Amino acid sequence: MTSSDDLPPGDAAPAEKRANVALFVTCLVDLFRPSIGFATVKLLEEAGLRVSVPQGQTCCGQPAYNSGDRKNAMAIAKQTITALEPFDYVVAPSGSCAAMISAHYPDLMRADIQWSKRARAVAMKTFEITQFLVDVLKVEKVDARFEEDVVYHDSCSGLRELKIKSQPRKLLSSVDGLHFKELMDEEGCCGFGGTFCVKYSDVSNKIVDRKTQAIEASGAETLIAGDLGCLMNMAGKLSRAGSSVRVRHVAEVLAGMTDGPAIGEPQPDE
Amino acid sequence: MDATAKSFKDQAKDGLENATLQDALGKLGFGFPLLRQMAADGLPEFDALRDQGRDIKNHVLEHLDYYLERFEEQVTGHGGQVHWCPTDGDARDAILKICQEARAKTVTKGKSMVTEEIAINAHLEAHGIKAIETDLGEYIIQLRNEPPSHIVGPAIHLNKEQIAGTFRSHHKELDPDRSLEEVPALVREAREVLRQKYIDADVGITGANFLVAETGSSIIVTNEGNGDLSQSLPRIHIVVASIEKVVPTLEDACTFLRLLARSATGQEFSAYTTFSTGPKRPDDPDGPEQYHVILLDNGRSDLLGTEFQDVLRCIRCGACMNHCPVYTSVGGHAYGSVYPGPIGSVLTPALAGIDQSHHLPNASTFCGKCEEVCPMRIPLPKMMRYWRERAFDQGQDPVAARWALAFWATAARWPALYHFGANVMTRLLHFMGKREGHLVRLPFAGGWTRHRDFPTPERATFQSQWRKRL
Amino acid sequence: MSDPRAQILGKIREIRGRGALSASNRHMLDTRLADHPRNVVPARADGPQAELIVQFMDYLGKAGATVLRVPKRSDVPAAVAEYLRDNNLPGRVRTTSDPEIDSLPWSDQEMLERTEGRAEKSDDVSVTSAVAGIAETGTLLLTSGKHTPTSLNFLPETHIVVLSAQTVVGSYEDAIDKVRKQGQLPRTLNFITGPSRTADVELTMEMGAHGPRQLHVILVDN
Repeated sequence: MTSSDDLPPGDAAPAEKRANVALFVTCLVDLFRPSIGFATVKLLEEAGLRVSVPQGQTCCGQPAYNSGDRKNAMAIAKQTITALEPFDYVVAPSGSCAAMISAHYPDLMRADIQWSKRARAVAMKTFEITQFLVDVLKVEKVDARFEEDVVYHDSCSGLRELKIKSQPRKLLSSVDGLHFKELMDEEGCCGFGGTFCVKYSDVSNKIVDRKTQAIEASGAETLIAGDLGCLMNMAGKLSRAGSSVRVRHVAEVLAGMTDGPAIGEPQPDE
Repeated sequence: MDATAKSFKDQAKDGLENATLQDALGKLGFGFPLLRQMAADGLPEFDALRDQGRDIKNHVLEHLDYYLERFEEQVTGHGGQVHWCPTDGDARDAILKICQEARAKTVTKGKSMVTEEIAINAHLEAHGIKAIETDLGEYIIQLRNEPPSHIVGPAIHLNKEQIAGTFRSHHKELDPDRSLEEVPALVREAREVLRQKYIDADVGITGANFLVAETGSSIIVTNEGNGDLSQSLPRIHIVVASIEKVVPTLEDACTFLRLLARSATGQEFSAYTTFSTGPKRPDDPDGPEQYHVILLDNGRSDLLGTEFQDVLRCIRCGACMNHCPVYTSVGGHAYGSVYPGPIGSVLTPALAGIDQSHHLPNASTFCGKCEEVCPMRIPLPKMMRYWRERAFDQGQDPVAARWALAFWATAARWPALYHFGANVMTRLLHFMGKREGHLVRLPFAGGWTRHRDFPTPERATFQSQWRKRL
Repeated sequence: MSDPRAQILGKIREIRGRGALSASNRHMLDTRLADHPRNVVPARADGPQAELIVQFMDYLGKAGATVLRVPKRSDVPAAVAEYLRDNNLPGRVRTTSDPEIDSLPWSDQEMLERTEGRAEKSDDVSVTSAVAGIAETGTLLLTSGKHTPTSLNFLPETHIVVLSAQTVVGSYEDAIDKVRKQGQLPRTLNFITGPSRTADVELTMEMGAHGPRQLHVILVDN
């Protein structure tokens, strides 16, 4: 990985001067696809940062927040803020969870002056992984190989709340062998929506069906996106429809960690 | 207002299974966003206009009392009359009284969502006055006794065969052997039938896209010209408008007009934009002798100063629904309310009560597209979340979902316990599905597995693997 | 609080935590109304008159209207007659009675029957003047008045508008300024952009829903 800027101190800097990054792993990655977490760690370490995984983290609180359960959302947010505030940066392999912390925590805490200040401080230093690499570390390209035709789906939170659009494309286009196909309505929602997909399952199905048909029509071999929730939703639908399109998280591809099974593929015994 | 918003899920299912509707929604969801984008791209000042439009509306809402008083002064000064109506019932009474005093037998109506809100047609009918919708889409659904399914295209859920059938069963005086296969024939027939109605009507009722405080004018924007015939041919013109429709000046109105058509249909400008000020002047050869404005509150002032105030900026363009993944999947009738789509999900709880409509703000993926395209930059997802909070506080959501959420939230507040439990679950699911790579069925997750497979987790949680790495 | 007006206004003031506005606040708002400042006006509404005229015609065409440019006012009656012939329309028109239309040499067209006044159901073709053409979107501004009934703009199936090229302006605001200068606001200001249309059946665009099916503009250079 090459960086055009020396901020924050990279490999060459003495260990004590390296920026400390907290990985906010997100509950979905923790539970269902740890390899995305390890890929994110690899990308950050290769950029010369010291990575920690604070044990005080569980989930960002979105399920409560989006269900209208403000009290539990605030309790979880406080716990998360406390776990994350000692670090220089917080990075998450998810636009949705990063946006929860950077865009929604300050609003959630607005009634409490003390906590709202702390929420804002954490919000300022929280980033989604591709956003962090490109906008903060000024990374221009990655050292990875992935010889496939791909489409990139813009997950809604990252796209609209964090303006993540060019960053993943910029990095992916530096991956050897990777070729972009055109995806119709690439900014269209996949129908996941957190608890929406089980609460309004039939509606969600219609939306994801439209999405996966567009993915099929693109002729891509692999679908890439930056949020595991959306990926699991689309992977599950593609699998149910008998599609051969594989599904991977952007961090896996950027870190060159694509030897293992894609999302929803059989997993050999280790 | 009808309270069927409660059965959103059933109605959504009907919508999903209705092939005609699905065809229409496919066209709508593809075509309108494309046309809007082209119109927006064609006007470099589009976003600056949106900012300014938002600011003007905020300014008006801050001084709403002032602008309403000035508006009334001007209407009165031009010989018109303003009727202040705190509730929908007040508005119905006021309209009926005007019609009865004029001994009106028939009323023609321009397209107006607010008259749907106050359900004026049924009220007039009950008192022996025939109200005839003249917007083609509204006319069709009135004949079919259906509510509108879109605020701009009320009959988009119907195909031409259904409409031809409706015309045949209602226009009995016409030749039964006439051809009604194609769209032009349907449009022409409606035109011919309605032509005489305008001429015979005693009263014309229209809505208003804007009211202008500076001049006392009401503004309507249409493509068909039906609103203009309704407000210029009958003896009496009644404008029904809610209080937040007022804008300060004609210049301010221009700002909104530049946004409205582009956002709604992608047109540069709608075919007809008409400013009406008072009744006809003494020398005018045509125009109404009386001009009445029904100023309706109906719960809107309750939103002032609350977290929902911004919804009062809405100019009813329909862009939020044209771009909404939920609306374009289920159609407007699923919402069971006058205003469907994202704007309806925020407005309906305010008008009908959250207890009657808690599904609406919940049935959103929070994708944020509605806010992205809203010409008034209304933060719709944020306001849906505020409604969810109220619904949650009142215990409107299903018990099972509440328990699941409470269980999860408790676990999430005890990190050590959480990490342990999560790892147990992950290992179990991994064991169950590693060979296939996905699970086809899963207890407690029927909502997921009914339509999609569940990708099998990797062998253990990230946290447990990370601890081993350290 | 039984007076509904007081009820609505009172509620707004209560929420805003005040009574009626203070004198200074009121003065500020009065001034804004009196000055009616312009907001953002698209750059495309500004330019030399010749370019605005071309742009006006261009947008008008895109909106589904037809435009004919003639050199002088005396060409208008012949142009009307020709349009009627070309479109198989009866040689009968209902027109406004303002000088703009009334003073045209109609008698040159012997086959053309012309009456003035408000539109009746039987009128197929109307001929009216317009206050302005607006280049921004190819929009016409017509106003109601003693000699210019509004029904002519909507009831007949064909609407012919005679417009002097020098009345083409850039923006809606420019057109409104012209009306403001005439004194009291007319009962009706019609901004018309193309013929009547509907997409209410299967989202298929169809012209001539309730208003005119054809809008024809005769633009007079001098």
